[in-house]
Amino acid sequence: MSVLVVAEHLRGQVRDVTRELITAGRDLGPVTVAVIGQDPGALVDAVNVKGVEEIVTVAIPAGEFENDAYQAAVEELIASRRPRVTLLGFTVNSMGYGPAVAVKLGLGFASDVHGVVLEGDAVIATRSFYGSKVSAELEFPEAESVMLLLRPTVWSPAEGEGSARMTSFEVTAAPSRARHLELVEATASADVDITQADFLLSVGRGIGDKENVEMFRELAEKMGATLSVSRPLVDAGWMPASRQVGQSGKTVKPAVYLAFGISGAVQHLAGMKTAGTIIAVNTDPEAAIFNVAHYGAKADLFDVAEELEKLF
Amino acid sequence: MKVVVCIKQVLQLGDEVEFQGDGLDVDPDYLDPALNEWDSFATEEALLLRERLGGEVVLVTCGPKQSESALRRCLAMGADRAIRIEGAGRDPFSVARALAGVVREESADLVLCGVQSSDAVQAATGTALAELLDLPRAAVVTRLDYDADGRKAVVQRELEGGLVDRVELDTPAVLTIQTGINQPRYANLRAIKQAEQVEIDVRTAADGGMPAYRVRRMFVPDRGEGAEMIDGSPAEIAGRIAAIVKERLA
Repeated sequence: MSVLVVAEHLRGQVRDVTRELITAGRDLGPVTVAVIGQDPGALVDAVNVKGVEEIVTVAIPAGEFENDAYQAAVEELIASRRPRVTLLGFTVNSMGYGPAVAVKLGLGFASDVHGVVLEGDAVIATRSFYGSKVSAELEFPEAESVMLLLRPTVWSPAEGEGSARMTSFEVTAAPSRARHLELVEATASADVDITQADFLLSVGRGIGDKENVEMFRELAEKMGATLSVSRPLVDAGWMPASRQVGQSGKTVKPAVYLAFGISGAVQHLAGMKTAGTIIAVNTDPEAAIFNVAHYGAKADLFDVAEELEKLF
Repeated sequence: MKVVVCIKQVLQLGDEVEFQGDGLDVDPDYLDPALNEWDSFATEEALLLRERLGGEVVLVTCGPKQSESALRRCLAMGADRAIRIEGAGRDPFSVARALAGVVREESADLVLCGVQSSDAVQAATGTALAELLDLPRAAVVTRLDYDADGRKAVVQRELEGGLVDRVELDTPAVLTIQTGINQPRYANLRAIKQAEQVEIDVRTAADGGMPAYRVRRMFVPDRGEGAEMIDGSPAEIAGRIAAIVKERLA
């Protein structure tokens, strides 16, 4: 049972999810980590951790991620090494090539996977459906090889000095049809840095109307909190992206995170689940945010907000 | 120009859940259908392109008769025609293969999909479809600048942590569209009524090939400890929250 982990990196830094994949992979079998990039040798130290048998570098012309180059490299690696399982992070970059590799090579495939076990020689992956309200075990009986995109922050990052064998692998580079131009900081002109706040009052879709943002901003001010939001409010143009908590926004770790009307999409929870104390108010008792909250209340947001305002 | 938009009718689970007899999915009685949120943004983006450049917006979905209501919502927004494919599996590769057969015939200038569906969150169908069509692609697009003369597009991809990747693609291409790229329009009542009358072209999926996965068991996950629930009147709840906040920040 051999495992191929594809390292993810950005601006010359290996991303945390890579060492999380190594943790998940080494429970399944001997792990080879592929480092694909313009200068992959510069990144190998960051993935040479305990449990990695081999690090294979693949040089490509692109300075940052390009899906055609990654697809070619991973396809050729899988064809040559024949791993039983290939692990990628469930990240924006992986979404751009992972499913393409899998459908082309006839691999079994599952994404946003948050559990993997072996039963004999069979890979069983667990993921959620229907707003994380149910889970499913998936199997891949027809597939010789399986690709799994693992949810970030589920496994802890592998640590400890490794002694991996270093190899390199040549791929034939076709010209990219989708070419990286530049990376831009989307939230460069932030009015406030929510990652520095000790106390975040965070509001979501449940507040209903744009007009209500102001009410919660006043409540936040009274309570001494900084106002943050979940994605739908940024999508609607009610608040700037700099205030957004979640995978595509900011990862925050305040002492107190008080959430009003946030149901708790996986991407949101990834951005706040390590906060010191999480308190959630929601009208839906099944809201996923109650799974990570320390305290919860099923109640009307506005009634609670009104009462809360009197106490500060 | 021709834009094909692939949409999905998602199924939403309410407060209660029962599983169907074989234990492999939720009992349909507990699921409410809706248009996938991402797909309304993809449809809007296609309509904006048509308004600028002329042409046609064609909708395609895989699903049972019931999923025609999702097509009609997008028709009411202003799409020109709609195709529904019956008999495909529900995993992303079976869906992508069924879509590919129909989308290929359309010879579109752009194919737009939502990044993911809210009920399954796999973010796989659009990228798999691009591979089956052998087209360039970009995932998680939050801005699209299409250059019809140069047959290329410059897009912004939303990476994690508020970082944006600008990418230039050759077209035709497949783009998966992220929420927030635009503000989807509301359909007026007249348009909704008109959309009810549109004839939907129904096709049957060809043999789907190997699915991405097979569901072995579906279950309600163990919630662990979960939150300590605060009961009482709004005033009592607020009082307890205030006490917790003051204690933690002291």
